[in-house]
Amino acid sequence: MLGQIDRLGRIWGMYTMAFGVFVVLLWLAEYVGLIGQRGIAWTFMILTIGIYATIGIMSRTGNLDEYYVAGRAVPGIFNGMATASDWMSAASYISLAGTLYVLGMEGLSYTVGWTGGYVLLAMFLAPYIRKLGAYTIPDFVGVRYPGTFPRVVAVIAAIIVSGTYLVAQVSGVGIIMSRFLGLDFRIACFVGLLGILVCSMLGGMKAVTWTQVAQYIILIVAFILPTVFVSAKITGVPIPQLMYGQALTDVAATEAALGIDKGYFTPFNDWTQSQFLALIICLMCGTAGLPHVIVRFYTTPNVRETRFSVGWALFFIGLMYITIPAYAAFARWEVLHNVVGQAIDSLPSWVDAWTKTGLLTLNDANGNGLVEYAEFGLNSDLVVLAMPEIAGLPYVVAGLVAAGGLAAALSTADGLLMVVATAISHDIYFKLINKSASDRVRLTISRVMLVTVAAIAAWVASLRLSIISDIVAWAFSLAAASFFPILVMGIFWKRINTAGAITGMAFGLLTTLGYIIWSSVTGQTIGGILPNAAGIFGMPLNFLLTIVISLATAPPKQEIQALVERLRFPKHLHDAAAPATGD
Amino acid sequence: MSPKDAERYEQHFRANLGLSLKLLLIWALVSVGAGAAYLWLDQFQILTGFPLGYYMGAQGAQITFVILIFIYAFRMRTIDQKYGVDE
Repeated sequence: MLGQIDRLGRIWGMYTMAFGVFVVLLWLAEYVGLIGQRGIAWTFMILTIGIYATIGIMSRTGNLDEYYVAGRAVPGIFNGMATASDWMSAASYISLAGTLYVLGMEGLSYTVGWTGGYVLLAMFLAPYIRKLGAYTIPDFVGVRYPGTFPRVVAVIAAIIVSGTYLVAQVSGVGIIMSRFLGLDFRIACFVGLLGILVCSMLGGMKAVTWTQVAQYIILIVAFILPTVFVSAKITGVPIPQLMYGQALTDVAATEAALGIDKGYFTPFNDWTQSQFLALIICLMCGTAGLPHVIVRFYTTPNVRETRFSVGWALFFIGLMYITIPAYAAFARWEVLHNVVGQAIDSLPSWVDAWTKTGLLTLNDANGNGLVEYAEFGLNSDLVVLAMPEIAGLPYVVAGLVAAGGLAAALSTADGLLMVVATAISHDIYFKLINKSASDRVRLTISRVMLVTVAAIAAWVASLRLSIISDIVAWAFSLAAASFFPILVMGIFWKRINTAGAITGMAFGLLTTLGYIIWSSVTGQTIGGILPNAAGIFGMPLNFLLTIVISLATAPPKQEIQALVERLRFPKHLHDAAAPATGD
Repeated sequence: MSPKDAERYEQHFRANLGLSLKLLLIWALVSVGAGAAYLWLDQFQILTGFPLGYYMGAQGAQITFVILIFIYAFRMRTIDQKYGVDE
């Protein structure tokens, strides 16, 4: 085991260095004028997708265990890295710094909520779900709560949550490719689809795992490097996570001097404090209940390794998440100092390029020919991708950031695609329709589903429906109000039965959906709670109903209670070794 | 299952729960707790000029979370060994 980690560590260390050398060479080529902006963008896209495709093809497999759960042989630290890029989506990479840029202090509810969920996952879900050793989350639900109905509800919920999320990743790929390669958005969506399929189709989870590791390294380098440059430029010290306190102080002073009344980190000027707290809670519980994150913890060798793996996952996610607010603060600084107050005619070319994508609006409302703060409308999807250009960094940095965004979107899309395709091929076809299907048939169905689901996702993304980003924002509340309570209680309380779980899930989901629809349509709220935090109403109701109905009906069968007990221990007192269960 | 085995399982599970609940308390304090006391915390300035409330949401909470999970993983390994259910 240790020798294996050593060997893998050397391979990935060399990979990281090779990528670094490549970026420096490309920068030199740009410096001496050998390569233009389009050339840099194409080089990055072809090289990185080429790397993913190579890994994907090398990891091809015909073994079901390898296809669904990477043979349960991924060491904790690498599984952590794969989980980190599986988790960090186009939304984290492209939009989160932008959300912080726009919302200011309230945006911190995302950085706290999306990381805090891992503590719940580590202590209350991942080790126990690994012990069961199934393939999917509906598998877990189906075993713990017998009957066809709970499994079907879990399959539908997994497909809806992961499916909409998948569409959002494909549009992320579309935005990046259309801006940097100059492709049409719709064509870019389908090119992105090919990029996703080469990573997953031949090797399933095994291929997805190792491409996700490769993607993590690229996305973290691509995110931290420009922040380090900007930090060195503004503060003189290249440690952005420590130094952006200075930028915050300066931003506050500059805003006061410019007379901007909605200050960057003034607390609770966009949201109420109760919305802030409610969103933190929903994001934490929702994260712990998301199928594509939980399945990653099926792929470690044993329970002990799973516990450490969650720690590594959050460590690698944390590197990114403590840098995101720094990125946002420096972007704010750059805009206040380098854009506001400039003559509109003399703005650099990136303004024009981004205005064309519709993400940047600039109108000289008072007609004085100068950019005023209020006239410069940055969409939250644009801040990260445009910052290298706003800060006047070499174009190679902009290309690198785009390649990182692509890695973030592709890695999450792969994980989601696996969940949706497996839900159909394993949970519906194998478990409910044809229990005697051979391994070969199951693998073929999985691959066909992978291609079908990916094609549907690309088609939906190319329609550019605005409802998609709303649904992604609601997904956490929906997961928190449906899956989270019944998964945790199913592990910790033997008395919880199928009737209770079904009632809890149904009413938790209906209450949350009802509030989302009511609030979105009428524009009203209860206590300032926005639709994205609606789970704060549904989740407690789910807990309460699950308990009350379970206690009012007969306890689960003896064998289910014995199963719950077995989940709690990595190995049993008289067993020779931990049973590698699964089917 | 012999009564002696059952008792050992019971003790192991209690040790697990006790540890989890302690760590969960710290988890709640640095996330929801710090959010609730945001305005009070913000009057303090730390490091290079961060208001403390802002710092907790941007870095303090995340760093604490990572430490909590590793404490859990290490302590659980010891607990598993103590009760003989380690892999």
